[in-house]
Amino acid sequence: MAIKPKLSERAAERNMAELEPAYRPQEATVEADRCLYCFDAPCIHSCPTGIDIPGFIKKIANDNVTGAARTILRANVLGASCARVCPTEVLCEGACVLLDRDETPIKIGRLQRYATDHAYESALPLLHAPAKKSGKRVAIIGGGPAGLSCAAELAQLGHEAVIYERHQKAGGLNTYGIAYYKMKPAVALAEVRLVQSLGVEILTGTEVGKDVPGDEILNCYDAVFLAIGLGATYSLGIPGEDLPGVVEALAFIEELRMNPLDEVAVGDHVAVIGCGNTAIDAATQAKRLGANRVTIVYRRGPEDMPAFEYEYELAKTDGVEFLFHTQPVEVLGSKAGGLEGLRMVRTEPDANGRPQNVAGSEFDVPFDMVIKALGQQKLGDVIAKIFPGITIDKRGSIERDFATGITKHGSIYAGGDAANGGSEVVDAVAEGKRAAAAMHASFTGEAPEKLVQTTRLGTPDGATGAGIDKPVRVVELERAFRAGEASNG
Amino acid sequence: MADLSINFAGIRSPNPFWVASGPPANTGYQANRAFEAGWGGVVWKTIGEPIVNTASRYSAMHLGNTRIAGFNNIELISDRAPETNFDEIAEVKRRWPDRVVVASLMTDTRENWHDYMKRSTDCGSDAVELNFGCPHGMCERGMGSAVGQNPEVIETIVGWVMEVAEIPVIVKLTPNITSVKHAARAAKNAGADAISLINTINSITQVNLETFAPEPLVDGRSTHGGYCGPAVKPIALNMLHECAADPGFDLPISGIGGIGNWRDAAEFLALGSTSLQVCTAIMHYGFRIVEDMKEGLSDYLDAQGFSSVNDMIGRAVPNVGDWQNLNLNYKRVARIDYNKCIGCNLCYVACEDGAHQCIDLIDPAGYGLGPGRVPEKFIPQVREVDCVGCNLCSLVCPVDNCIDMVELKSEKQPMSWKEYQQRVADGDMDPIPAHP
Ligand SMILES: Cc1cc2nc3c(=O)[nH]c(=O)nc-3n(C[C@H](O)[C@H](O)[C@H](O)COP(=O)(O)OP(=O)(O)OC[C@H]3O[C@@H](n4cnc5c(N)ncnc54)[C@H](O)[C@@H]3O)c2cc1C
Ligand SMILES: Cc1cc2nc3c(=O)[nH]c(=O)nc-3n(C[C@H](O)[C@H](O)[C@H](O)COP(=O)(O)O)c2cc1C
Ligand code: SF4
Ligand code: SF4
Ligand code: SF4
Repeated sequence: MAIKPKLSERAAERNMAELEPAYRPQEATVEADRCLYCFDAPCIHSCPTGIDIPGFIKKIANDNVTGAARTILRANVLGASCARVCPTEVLCEGACVLLDRDETPIKIGRLQRYATDHAYESALPLLHAPAKKSGKRVAIIGGGPAGLSCAAELAQLGHEAVIYERHQKAGGLNTYGIAYYKMKPAVALAEVRLVQSLGVEILTGTEVGKDVPGDEILNCYDAVFLAIGLGATYSLGIPGEDLPGVVEALAFIEELRMNPLDEVAVGDHVAVIGCGNTAIDAATQAKRLGANRVTIVYRRGPEDMPAFEYEYELAKTDGVEFLFHTQPVEVLGSKAGGLEGLRMVRTEPDANGRPQNVAGSEFDVPFDMVIKALGQQKLGDVIAKIFPGITIDKRGSIERDFATGITKHGSIYAGGDAANGGSEVVDAVAEGKRAAAAMHASFTGEAPEKLVQTTRLGTPDGATGAGIDKPVRVVELERAFRAGEASNG
Repeated sequence: MADLSINFAGIRSPNPFWVASGPPANTGYQANRAFEAGWGGVVWKTIGEPIVNTASRYSAMHLGNTRIAGFNNIELISDRAPETNFDEIAEVKRRWPDRVVVASLMTDTRENWHDYMKRSTDCGSDAVELNFGCPHGMCERGMGSAVGQNPEVIETIVGWVMEVAEIPVIVKLTPNITSVKHAARAAKNAGADAISLINTINSITQVNLETFAPEPLVDGRSTHGGYCGPAVKPIALNMLHECAADPGFDLPISGIGGIGNWRDAAEFLALGSTSLQVCTAIMHYGFRIVEDMKEGLSDYLDAQGFSSVNDMIGRAVPNVGDWQNLNLNYKRVARIDYNKCIGCNLCYVACEDGAHQCIDLIDPAGYGLGPGRVPEKFIPQVREVDCVGCNLCSLVCPVDNCIDMVELKSEKQPMSWKEYQQRVADGDMDPIPAHP
């Protein structure tokens, strides 16, 4: 048994290819034609960034793919990555009215990918920053989805945005963390370039709090957006954890995303500890890179797992095995002899449903690689030291107003995983946009002009700029018109 | 960004997209919503002596999964009082001075036409459109298509209108006529400033086979309704071209009939429309469709290198003409791309039973078959020497660009039927032998 690269380049690329192939033009048109072009569409409302989904799908059907991409990117600058990584089953596609007609919902994600791919292939400039600048400057800490979205929105509103990113490449987990078969790093990096094309400066390899102190940032800018995401994976806290062959899920995924796939080492029998989406991603990718067996070890049962149902299904299809109600208590092996396996115990839920180890149930299973996927640590206390004046909630996330992102410190805003405790890319994008809108309002006293297609249920939370010139419904105008009508006789 | 603004018979509009006279243009409230959504103009629902409508009023032709491939209505003109309509036009114009509002009119006597013309002008309409097209109900009362089908009557009524006209007069023509050219010429002779076409086409969309009465059903009976929507676009384009290509006919044309997206719009522009009107597509999806129309058209113009929409108006007109001038020596044959072919054999059966028996089913060995094809299943192959280039197989093929119609370079000089007749008469060539 050994940890080493297992597959040829071709085999690895094939295994790790995007789960669903890109639509060909005719397929896209046929799918787009199925969309009913609903008014007050529930899919729009279920998208955190409020993309005018029927609008862009209708444009694909009408062979206006450029326009479709424009509609998407104006509402969500990371439309290309969201098209690939969004859990659409529980977002837009889960809300599609066709489900109520017992039909397959419109493949909104794939259509969005089709339109945004076209935008990147044609390289048409679809987003613009105004030539006239406001003179306001915003520092954005963290170049992940939240930071990029905030920066792009600010740039389009005429403000200057500078991103500080401690990694060598921007994009955050889109670049380093997303499962390869969902999105290749190149897509994330192309999006970074789109944001740069709006005039956003990105200072990579620069860690705020280490390379640049917080007070210097506060002195130089009119506002700050904290988008630092989450930290490293929690440790297991068991003996043997530092043995070679024990790796962090995020480090494993980063390695496979940053290196040629045929150079990525995996074990023959891999244990993945934890059962969130990250654990599933690590397990499926280890399997797809040639591990003989991959076993997910989880101290609760399948009904409790935090991973999405379809992620669980994918792992099972890939042949990942599951050890439920099981807790590792020791990593077996030695520095010299290497990793030998895991000593584990059975667990049982106590009266409160919390898993408790069952005494005397120890058993050993040989593994040659252990991937830790226990969830990421919160960075709240770290950042609060760098930026005194912000507050941290009891879960360790930065406290902020949900609608505006503003923290207790009046000129510092926060969003993304660092504030919401860890969610999806699309939430980070939406939060970045909302914070940008709030900053714009504080700079100019006006709400951003980019309006959204309002729906019967109101405006989707914080959505801006669904791509239409004017909102379709202007309730006040309707009322004014009726009043005018009455007074004119 | 290409300039979308137009000047239609002196009327300036920020874009060519106008709401056609019909239910979406019934009230000031709707006009307001239309302008909010970005429409350049509204042609008001036809104003006249208020009428009484029936329930029901509309029916449609659904085609497979496509709802409303064609639409039919038996509705009459506005059922609101003329003064209500004129007051609301005034209010809309006050709110939207840069947009176009056209009063559509239909009445009978010379005095009444004069009266409506004056009121239209007084309320601030940018123009009037004379509805000579409504093919149901109103024609039974001597108006609408009863006027539009008779060039002499058109000339008389337009003449009355022009006696008092201070704003541009657009004459809206009916397609329920053998040649629309004569109606268009009559409008021009009487001094009209522009024409618009088409109004709706006489139709019955379906018969209920239990009650034996068509829809739209009115207490057990129905009537011939006006047909519109996507299905009528080819008819509208044809009539548009007839007028646009008529030598000596130089009035601007507002194109109507089946426009639903930017591409339809661009086709109407290419065949000579200056402004465009839309009814059914709005009835189906609402005013919001104009966003795609404006954006799609603008992107198209940019891609083509046109700086203004005016640069493309009428560009396709000269490329359509009489059959007798088409080149008989032009050769085009069907060619199948086996990387795309899915093996449905629809092309084969269409050519075999419906065309010229030029496709064979052959052994697939040696042809790079596309993915998923059943091995050894015979594949269609066009016998190019026999293919007459009719297009049928490429039209039935369900895969885009799988059957290409490719041009075969001919060593023969181009020869039209007219020239052919001449050459045979002059003894320069033998008649072409009949097809076997
Ligand atoms: C393994 C994994 C798989 C996932 N899969 C999906 C998925 O399929 N779909 C989905 O929607 N979501 C997924 N997510 C969640 C998603 O990636 C996050 O919600 C999203 O990236 C959050 O964006 P963010 O900008 O808040 O944070 P991040 O993407 O984490 O970006 C934060 C950035 O800030 C930088 N930074 C931190 N501190 C500093 C500092 N002091 N100075 C300068 N820079 C700093 C970091 O280097 C990083 O680039 C996944 C997450 C993980 C871990
Ligand atoms: C329900 C309905 C009512 C209409 N009423 C009028 C009318 O009052 N006056 C008129 O000039 N045309 C009327 N039309 C015709 C339209 O203006 C237009 O010429 C025709 O529908 C073709 O365009 P379309 O395919 O975009 O609908 C009506 C059409 C419909 C469907
Ligand atoms: S709910 Fe479904 S059918 Fe309706 S607009 Fe959205 S994607 Fe289209
Ligand atoms: S659309 Fe339906 S609800 Fe509305 S008036 Fe017509 S029949 Fe009545
Ligand atoms: S119709 Fe098209 S897809 Fe079908 S057999 Fe013929 S070439 Fe192939």
